[in-house]
Amino acid sequence: MTRKQRVTVIDCPRGPLLVRGADEVVGFDGTTAETNRAVVAVCRCGRSERLPWCDDSHRARRRRRPPPKTKEEPAEEEQD
Amino acid sequence: MIRIPEPCGPLSERVVNALRAEPDGPHSVPEPRAVGDVPYPLTDRDFQLALWMLYELHYGGFEDAADPDAEWDPLLIVSRAALERTFEHAVRELVGPVSVPDGDIVRALTKVTMTSDGSELATFLQRRATRDELRSYLAERAVYHLRESDPQSFVLPRIGGAAKTALAELQYDEYGSGAPDRLHQRLYADALASLGMPIDLSTYVAEAEGATLASVNLMSLFALNRRLRGAAMGHLAAFEATSALPCGRILRGVRRLRLPDAVADYYDEHVEADAVHEQLAIRGICGTLVEDEPDLADNVLFGALACLAVDGLAGDVLLERWRSSRAPRERRQHDRAAG
Repeated sequence: MTRKQRVTVIDCPRGPLLVRGADEVVGFDGTTAETNRAVVAVCRCGRSERLPWCDDSHRARRRRRPPPKTKEEPAEEEQD
Repeated sequence: MIRIPEPCGPLSERVVNALRAEPDGPHSVPEPRAVGDVPYPLTDRDFQLALWMLYELHYGGFEDAADPDAEWDPLLIVSRAALERTFEHAVRELVGPVSVPDGDIVRALTKVTMTSDGSELATFLQRRATRDELRSYLAERAVYHLRESDPQSFVLPRIGGAAKTALAELQYDEYGSGAPDRLHQRLYADALASLGMPIDLSTYVAEAEGATLASVNLMSLFALNRRLRGAAMGHLAAFEATSALPCGRILRGVRRLRLPDAVADYYDEHVEADAVHEQLAIRGICGTLVEDEPDLADNVLFGALACLAVDGLAGDVLLERWRSSRAPRERRQHDRAAG
């Protein structure tokens, strides 16, 4: 098997940066996140709960209002 | 290999009989005469189990099948094709007409997976499910996860160029990135074992809902028919793009219920992995596939919409099952509180 030679960064609009060939991501405070994945998704929106990695939280951004509570749904047949 | 499941109706019974028949002896197979013979194929357990068995011949196969060459038995292939016609027709009816605006598949896939909210099931598992309900979810989904990613491997020789490379890259991660103990199927089996549950697929097939089998059969339908290779990749894109957030919710449910680490590990892996796979599948696979073969655009989007619709249906069936089994108990609690 050949060693990887190149690191590629792919810009995903309204999504993460996709990085192929990264070994570690170093934060500005010096913390290092290591990875063994061939490709990683690096969060750009800052909402991820597992920074620096993307956890798809950017997808939840559109839902500003809290989701309706299931309890308020009428229980249909059971209500008499 | 697994054992042939118990049939649950005329179609699955005829497949079982055909699988048990002596290789050179006479045997017949189920063949719905026309589309419409089975009124609700997407939730019909007998129909889906019959089709699942015919597909299973192309995966692990059955240890108790009489003929080791049953995989390519012409009559069984004819039967599979007949069931597939009915199945595909039902899926197309559910999805409705499909067209990709301006042929921009990346945008179309991003849009449909953004607006689709298949998260009710995951939210239930996160906040409300009991231990037993979460176990029953794991059991139901085992039919797929013990075979996770295998259907899509059939597509590798059916596509070319950069899309093939991207699919191989995604599959490499699914298959453990070179580490057998990180194989996603294995992580799922470890999760089941940590709860004292069997890791044998046939146990779960025996109990699975028709709609659950349909969601698995859909992947085989797309992957085993070259004509539907675009749909197979669109399905994969939609599946991955709507996976990371629900997996995060299920992970919180698993922790709330203090289930073993192996269960958490499976979902933990999928939050991070599927956020990557989503981008690889939408851009790397589907985007380049449609660049190479523009005529596939609608087929890719059809696959994505089919994934959302059929998996949504399977999720609704599970939610309904839990609701109806909870209703008597919750009513009793309500009566006690009122009295």
